[in-house]
This record gives sequence, structure tokens and C-alpha cells, in this order.
Amino acid sequence: MRSASKMKLKYLIPLIGFLAMAVLLGIGLTLDPKAVPSTMIGKTAPAFDLPLLDDRKQNFAPKDLTGKRWILNVWASWCVSCRYEHPILNELAASGAVPIVGLNYKDTDPEAIQWLAERGNPYVATPADNKGSAGIEWGVIAVPETFIIDETGTVIYKHSGPITRELVAKEMWPLITAPANPAIQSP
Amino acid sequence: MKSILLTCALALFALAYAPQSAAVIEAVEFENPKLEARYRSLIDDLRCLVCQNQNLAGSDAPLAKDLREITANMLKSGASDTEIKTFMRERYGDFVLYEPPFNAATAFLWLGPFALLLAVLVGLIINIRRRQNEELLKPTHAMNDGERVKVRNLLHNSPELDSGHQPGQNRQHIDN
Repeated sequence: MRSASKMKLKYLIPLIGFLAMAVLLGIGLTLDPKAVPSTMIGKTAPAFDLPLLDDRKQNFAPKDLTGKRWILNVWASWCVSCRYEHPILNELAASGAVPIVGLNYKDTDPEAIQWLAERGNPYVATPADNKGSAGIEWGVIAVPETFIIDETGTVIYKHSGPITRELVAKEMWPLITAPANPAIQSP
Repeated sequence: MKSILLTCALALFALAYAPQSAAVIEAVEFENPKLEARYRSLIDDLRCLVCQNQNLAGSDAPLAKDLREITANMLKSGASDTEIKTFMRERYGDFVLYEPPFNAATAFLWLGPFALLLAVLVGLIINIRRRQNEELLKPTHAMNDGERVKVRNLLHNSPELDSGHQPGQNRQHIDN
């Protein structure tokens, strides 16, 4: 009798294998294959020095905001999903909680200026990265992308794709409002 | 009908073997043919991050064009292949390389197939040994005299198998 139950167990092995495989592949289906793990988090914000969109005589560099927690939003007037997140950026700017810098990526000035005039300008500065060289330094793959940089100039958060109210509430707001890490701030 | 099918098949083969990169890539001038060869192999090995199943050589995405330009300029200014790959990895992660580097996250990917092969081989050997033992221990052959006589007659009549009377366990059983 023992060997008979053993035999039955043996026949179950392929079924168990199949189920394990199905679960594994099922989990795989729920993941986003386009999501590339960011290399920027924990690194010093890459430097750039670019003229502002609305005033070419002035420049913006990330080091200008050292000592502050700020958001870098990469956008372009030709970017469709930027339209979806723009009202949320406006809300975030209106809250006054955090300065938002808008890196205008591979865009032309007249279109970008018109875009901001139509939709509102949530940015404290809009450095114009016409050639996309700053974008490459920041590892930008597709606009929009949003980074949070802490007081020491370290990137602490990155989101690819349009931000949503839910994302701001769940992931970004805690980082925006968190007190500065004293261990890092006083070297 | 047959000739149409043949034409279709030939067309498919032609498509499959056409060099995909030739259509979109811009010409880059190199004075040194060695540099050009390194350029070609680098843009073959680096992934375009916008259209993720293409390499830099095969993609006409603007970002791929920029990265090809950076690759060419770095090569011309004397950067090594490793330096260029490090530049890309710092910005876009290991994902930018078509051949993933060996680390904790990719260990399963690299070693998995070999581990699976080893497990299958070990399982196979254990199974074969167990079956051999079972076969030796099986009492059924000793009990069935009629079959044993049949086997002996068959062996006896077959000139190739019946190579003399070598004393063996089975043979002794038969002779009883």
C-alpha cells in the first residue's frame, strides 16, 4: 500500500511543477517590462548649467539649490503624457511645500514658452536643455521623469512617466516633507 | 500555387537575413578602421533604452542617436570600451548592456541553466541505478519456468548472443 501512495505522489510532481511555473510566470505578467531600475538614487545630482527658458541671460545649476529639498521635473511641449501630470505639478507648486525645477528637454523655446503660458507655470526655474545633454547626465530615457533631490544634493527619488495624485500622496509627499537626515547634513 | 509559396518563403528568408542596422544608422567617419570596428561592436552590444528590444545600432530613436554620437566621440578622444560601457551603466544601469554582468541579481540567470542540467543528470543517474537494482531483485523471472525455457531456447538458437557457455548468474539459473 505504501508503494501505491508513493506512486500517486510521483504522478503529482509534474502537476506541482506546472503550477509553480504558472504562478511564477503569472507574477511576471503583472510586472512592467519597461520599468528600468534607476541608477541615480543615492547619487549626487549630476551637474549642469543651462540658460533659463524665459530669460536666456540667467542660468540654473543644481548646486544653486543646495541646502533645499527640491524636485526636478523633466518635460517637453511635444510630450503627451506631460499634459496629464501638469495640473498635479501646478497643485504641488501651489502648496508651496517644495520648489520645482522644470528641465525643458529637447524642446524649442517658443513652443515651450507657449505651453507654459497656456497651462500655467509651476516651475521656479526652467533650464532649457535643447540638445538633451543634461538629460543624458541624469539618465533620462523618456519624458516625463521626476526626481526629488535632498538638502545635500543627493537624488533620493525618481519616477519615470507622468506623476499621479496617488503617487504624490503615497510616495513623494513623505519624502518632500521628511526632515533632513541630520547624519548626512552635518558632516 | 507552389511557386507562390516558394517566393514567399524566399522573401521571408531575405528579410530574416537582411542587415537590420543598415537602414537607420547615420554614417560616422573614423580615420582608424580599428576604431570603427570597436564602434560597431559597441553599438551592437548597447541597448537602446527607448525601444528596448533594439540595440543602439538598430534604433532610430533620438536618444539612441545621441548615445551613438557620445560613443563615437568618446572613442575618438581615446576612451576604452570599458570606460564607455561604465559611462552608460552609470546613467542607465546594467540594463543598457545586452550581456548582463554577473552579480547577485543575475547569478540565477547565469548559473540557473547549469544548476538545472546538473540536477537533471543527478536525477537521471539515481533513477537508472535504482531501476537496475530493482531489476536485479525482481523475483518474477525465477518463478516463471516456462519463460525461462523460452529465453534459453532463443539464446541458444541465436549465434550472436550465444557466445559459448560463460558461467554467469542468470545462466546458472537457466541451467538448473
